[in-house]
Amino acid sequence: MNQAIRNTWIIAIAMFALLFGSLTVVQFFEADDLNANDWNSRTLYKDFDKNRGAILVAGNPIAESVPSDDEFEFQRVYNEPELYAHLTGFYSLVYSATQLEAAMNEELSGNSNDFFYDRILQLFSGSQVEGASVELTIDPELQQLAYDLIPDGMKGSIVVMEPDTGNILAMVSKPSFDPNDLAGHNTDEVAENMAALEEVAGLSPFTNPATESLLAPGSVFKLAVTAAALESGEYDADSELDNPAELPLPGTNVSLPNFVNGGCSARTTADFSFALEQSCNTPFAQIAMDLGEDAIAEQAAKFGFGESYNIPVNVTASQFPTGMSDDLLAQAAIGQYDVRVTPLQVAMMTSAIANDGVLMKPNLVRTVRAPDLRVLDSPKPEELERSLSEENAQLIQQWMVNAVDRGIANRAAIPGVEVAGKTGTAELMAGSAGNNSWFTGFAPADDPEAVVSVVIEDVELATGSQLTSPNARQLLEAVLNK
Amino acid sequence: MSELQTAPKSRRLTELLLLVLALAVGVGANMLVGLDQDRAFDQDFFVQGLTLVGLVLAVHIVLRLRAKYADPIILPIVTALNGIGLAMIHRLDIATGDTAAARQLMWTGLAIGAMVAVIWLLRDHRVLRRFTYISLIISAVLLMLPLLPGIGMELNGARIWINLGFATFQPGEIAKITLAIFFAGYLSTNRDLILLAGKKVGPLQLPRWRDLGPMVVAWLVSIGVLIFQRDLGSSILFFGLFMAMIYVATSRISWILIGLLMIAFGGFVAFQLFPHVTARIDSWINAFDPEVYNRIGGSHQIVQGLFGLASGGLTGTGLGQGRPDIVTFANSDMIIAALGEELGLIGLSAIVLLYVLLVTRGVRAALGTRDSFGKLLATGLSFTLALQCFVVIGGVTRLIPLTGLTTPFLAAGGSSLLANWLIIGLLLLISDAARRPAPSGPAGTGHPPRPERGAKRQGAENRTQRTTEVKQP
Repeated sequence: MNQAIRNTWIIAIAMFALLFGSLTVVQFFEADDLNANDWNSRTLYKDFDKNRGAILVAGNPIAESVPSDDEFEFQRVYNEPELYAHLTGFYSLVYSATQLEAAMNEELSGNSNDFFYDRILQLFSGSQVEGASVELTIDPELQQLAYDLIPDGMKGSIVVMEPDTGNILAMVSKPSFDPNDLAGHNTDEVAENMAALEEVAGLSPFTNPATESLLAPGSVFKLAVTAAALESGEYDADSELDNPAELPLPGTNVSLPNFVNGGCSARTTADFSFALEQSCNTPFAQIAMDLGEDAIAEQAAKFGFGESYNIPVNVTASQFPTGMSDDLLAQAAIGQYDVRVTPLQVAMMTSAIANDGVLMKPNLVRTVRAPDLRVLDSPKPEELERSLSEENAQLIQQWMVNAVDRGIANRAAIPGVEVAGKTGTAELMAGSAGNNSWFTGFAPADDPEAVVSVVIEDVELATGSQLTSPNARQLLEAVLNK
Repeated sequence: MSELQTAPKSRRLTELLLLVLALAVGVGANMLVGLDQDRAFDQDFFVQGLTLVGLVLAVHIVLRLRAKYADPIILPIVTALNGIGLAMIHRLDIATGDTAAARQLMWTGLAIGAMVAVIWLLRDHRVLRRFTYISLIISAVLLMLPLLPGIGMELNGARIWINLGFATFQPGEIAKITLAIFFAGYLSTNRDLILLAGKKVGPLQLPRWRDLGPMVVAWLVSIGVLIFQRDLGSSILFFGLFMAMIYVATSRISWILIGLLMIAFGGFVAFQLFPHVTARIDSWINAFDPEVYNRIGGSHQIVQGLFGLASGGLTGTGLGQGRPDIVTFANSDMIIAALGEELGLIGLSAIVLLYVLLVTRGVRAALGTRDSFGKLLATGLSFTLALQCFVVIGGVTRLIPLTGLTTPFLAAGGSSLLANWLIIGLLLLISDAARRPAPSGPAGTGHPPRPERGAKRQGAENRTQRTTEVKQP
């Protein structure tokens, strides 16, 4: 009988051995897969119980976590929500995190490697790790001014950036939204709010138009063609360019015209300065066809086209099409056809010219601080590449000053200050009366403090030009008065 | 059996020291739970802590008086388990606003009181042998109760509860014990007959048809529980209990084979005929199928439990730091997932090891005691504990289909606590009988001749045992 009892015990032990095995499989070998499972709300719950760090502008929180008395310990709150919505994004149970909330999640939630020792400490003390706070490079006054300059009901973006550091001083888009609507813990309510936001024309709560929407650049792209021409060595400041009223496009029966009512018709040949001042189309179309697609594409790439960046929010890569026939290349040269840029890309291109040819990496984050105020990270200005030579950059600077002094960008002029600028008007699809109206420029021209790029989407020509150059002037004045 | 003789030391001091350790674990866990919520030393904490300490020390004193030689490790193990369970239930209460911990504490008191009564009144487990057939009748009544209209009630699809007015109760938990008593009494009385009769086919000694009677009864009880109460877990438990006991009684593999065949047949028929069994199997195999996951009563619970275990990982989130409250029935059926989440694989393994020790001590008592009734009862009860752990933890970890059984001593549930503390009472009594020095007298008791030392064959052992038993007082 005792032998049978021992055998029974062995069976019991075998059952326990199986249990140890299956526990080890679930808690160790399969744990990562299970934790990553889409149905697993625990990771989310874990994050929402954390005292997440604040996002700060000039020391004031624009996003912060406050104690909450519902099933989670903290509620994310956005102060001045519409003003900063596209920068902060939102931190939602239902739609997860976007923009800075997503890009800086490791730091904000205290999960980054900087917190390694704090987490060890937490393991023993049972206390919660607090997230780091993130201070932005944004200037609150410029941000507010830029926001107010885009009329409600219009769709547009403004980027203000320091050309020598890449620091972004203001970045706004309209229409905006209130991230608090999406950060609530009542999932049904959040879903309803999201449905309502998706009804708003021109708004996608998930994207920041300044860094993610791809727009036709129109004439501001002529800056890239000009740079390509100078860098090729085949053109210089004295080059004489053909400036016909119309340029027949090879292989088609249509021709590319200069703007009918503009000042271009005054001359049939032009230098770069005149062509840029009056934004003539035909000289740049001809240059592009002479240089070829590759040369233009190469110069565009040197300005940052074709690459996406993390600043730390994601910047969509701007596009210059490939494999074009000459007639399409001619249209691409004036920023039409399939050339697509983000507003930030236009600011980057302008910055490279303003910064004597050196392209700096755009950046939104000034410092990351632990809860005890120790600085964990403070990004240094980072040089991306040299886009063009110093001499060529200075040539284009001068021509852009001329465009403001005596050209069609004159409404950006500030008395007593040399302002450099370039306008653009991109025709949208046939059937739409609207244009993308652009201005990009900087001041003072000899030692630029800020680059301002403005785009108002889908507006009539007259309205658009009212809203771009004059607005840029106001922003540049505000920068210079600081 | 002489090698199992232990020196006549009571070891009550060992028990006291281990109890202090076990209480430190349970009360400490409860303190950590409170600490995390910034309410470490509130009234709840002192009431729960002091009640547990008082109850357990009372048991210790009763053991000193009435069962001096009882196993010194069993009570501390169970105290630790019960304390950890209380802490986790308290922790889940804080998350959900429930008051299950207070009820659990009340039931702990009740269960320990009942156990003390059993130890005090019974003194010797062999008395129970007289109640063999009464136990069978009580078992039958207990199992019928939930089916009676009026007092029987159905909860979550299983009809295993009765409503006592002030509380609900699962009589099946107590039936586990009375059935064990019946089987132990019946088998210890009739094993000679069962052993001697029957044909031999090849290496297998087949039982006679009439001796198969009790096995058929056990099988019918299990199937009945499965069909009428829709309780797969208890059904497995009852049949497993009987299989273990009949194997210990006869040492014959043929019984196991017959039993397994009957289980296979019953299980297959149940799988074909009963939708609740089919659904359980489906939720087990296709747990991660979206359709099964989203179905009402589908695999949502088990998958969420797996997520909890996985999120605990190796070291766990720490008590009060995880989200075990997301899992349905976190404080009863799924308490293993809750513990695994917050204590990790390391903590949960320690808990499972406590069960291993507990079962081992129970089996040790079975080996040590001199009467076959005690041997059968101790083995049966110990094996039930092991099987219940296997069914629950195996179900939670998706080793086997999930069935609604409670984890002994940990899970919230009064009936289960009461039944399991009563089992501990019986095991303590049997271990006391096993370790108590034999009264000086004829050299028969406890000192049988030792031929079986050399002859390991089972037949030889059985024969000697029978001789021993004849000499029993």
